[in-house]
Amino acid sequence: MPRPLLEIQNVTMKFGNLVANDDVSFSVNEGEIVSLIGPNGAGKTTLFNCISGFYKPVSGKIIFDGKDITGKSTHEITLLGLTRTFQIVKPLKEMTVKENVLTGAFLHAKNKKEAEQIAQKVLQTTHLWEKKDMLAGSLTIADKKRLEIARMLATRPRMMMLDEAMAGLNRTEVKEAMELCLMLNRDGITLLIVEHVMEAIMPISNRVVVLSAGKKIAEGSPEQIINNEEVIKAYLGERYYAKSRQANSRI
Amino acid sequence: MAMKNRLLYVISVVALVLPFIFRNVNFQHIMIMLLIFAGLGESWNIITGFAGQTSFGHAAFFGIGAYTSTILFYKFGISPWVGMLLGALFAAVVSAIVSYPCFRLKGHYFAVATLAVAEIIKQLFVSWDYVEGATGISIPVKPDSFWMMQFHRSKIPYFLIAYVLFIVSVVIAVLIERNKMGYYLKAIRESHEAAEALGINTTRYKLYAMIVSSAVTAMFGTLYAQYILYIDPFMVFGLDISMKIVLLTVLGGLGTVYGPIIGSAILIPLSEYTRAFLGGTGKGIDLMIYGALIVIVACFEPRGVFGLFQRSKKRGAQYAKTTA
Repeated sequence: MPRPLLEIQNVTMKFGNLVANDDVSFSVNEGEIVSLIGPNGAGKTTLFNCISGFYKPVSGKIIFDGKDITGKSTHEITLLGLTRTFQIVKPLKEMTVKENVLTGAFLHAKNKKEAEQIAQKVLQTTHLWEKKDMLAGSLTIADKKRLEIARMLATRPRMMMLDEAMAGLNRTEVKEAMELCLMLNRDGITLLIVEHVMEAIMPISNRVVVLSAGKKIAEGSPEQIINNEEVIKAYLGERYYAKSRQANSRI
Repeated sequence: MAMKNRLLYVISVVALVLPFIFRNVNFQHIMIMLLIFAGLGESWNIITGFAGQTSFGHAAFFGIGAYTSTILFYKFGISPWVGMLLGALFAAVVSAIVSYPCFRLKGHYFAVATLAVAEIIKQLFVSWDYVEGATGISIPVKPDSFWMMQFHRSKIPYFLIAYVLFIVSVVIAVLIERNKMGYYLKAIRESHEAAEALGINTTRYKLYAMIVSSAVTAMFGTLYAQYILYIDPFMVFGLDISMKIVLLTVLGGLGTVYGPIIGSAILIPLSEYTRAFLGGTGKGIDLMIYGALIVIVACFEPRGVFGLFQRSKKRGAQYAKTTA
């Protein structure tokens, strides 16, 4: 039985009367790649914000590595080894790529020299070494997303949450991003990925959790999810679901 | 990096030698003011240039430094050197208490809050009888003495104290910029959320920056009071002090160690000479010229004069590349 690293227990988040997350529970085991999918407005990013300490959930608990992190501040959670990237990238624009990564590396480094060594290693593994002296603001969107991951990697996390790290990328870039995810996972980092690019995450995920309108509607292996009726309904709507049933029965 | 260092050494040596070459009293006065304001700019730059938290209220800390040493000397005869250290400590405590709640505010709201706090502190001193209120305090004149920080025969000792404080402020700025704290402060400036996600306790680091910044500012306040030998709340808590610090740093280059030095080297001679030439009627003309300069620089190079230098350097490098 693998040990759960992150446990989300009955998390509910409300903004006024709007219920963004409704009693969501699932867990991520150590070493897994779990994907969180769902139509727009399903509450995926809100859940990320709750886990990473940007929001305090109205009710429910979030346990990381056996510790209750509900309502803790973001920097404390990062210090424990759980970190995230942002859907809308937030590069430290006026700083170079290397300085961006170095900023993350200081977290567990005893001195600047050690931080620079960590930064160098991270830059090399993420293939950003050639661009280390460029200003982060001048990178392409694919490289900015890569930089988001790189500087988080420099904080030496045990688990990373990637918020749409592949959105807006072309096919080659998506493939590179997939490879990066697999490489991180091989290095022992547990991943929770929010993504819309299905063909990218289905092959690399161990498990998939589906949110719709704030509720968890399905959880299972990628194959189970692809064939799950609830999921197809949520994505395509009832009418199209019925049509696809007709089409299937004809075949 | 080494190149950058060398330029700093050159600047500090030139600044040190100049008043000994040009022994004109007026020139020495300008050098003293130049170093004081360059140092104030350096310390303001820590919280605003590096950490991105715009403070329009640094006169509050300048005034606290000036008043702490002056009161201690005037009422109890305690050396201004002790007053300088206590003033720095006091300013640090006040800045921590005041800015902790203010840090909940972001962007413009923080800037407005600092402005309001400085004005409140000024009003407190205006109506506080124990510190002579709006009349101000004339510091009792004593014979020349290092311990009492009073020199009447020559301006050179004042210059040397200003120089040492200036060097201290530059060294602090350089040390912060090149180490963890500088990276953290700049990360906070660039994106609050990203900084938090990188494990940075943003409130704590902003607080550190504010404490260092206000303590150094207060030390210059003490020196200023001892140099002018008279203070009142309008002079040391006034908005013009805050604005001068802001303007010269922005003109020189926000968030760089060179910015405040360049800005001060432009503004202070300008302001002192226009005052000398135009007498009483010239009050404010320096700021008008300065305002015009700021508008021009902000339109063409928002990173200030230092940004202009960098741009021309980059262009030179590109030119060298294309012709090679």
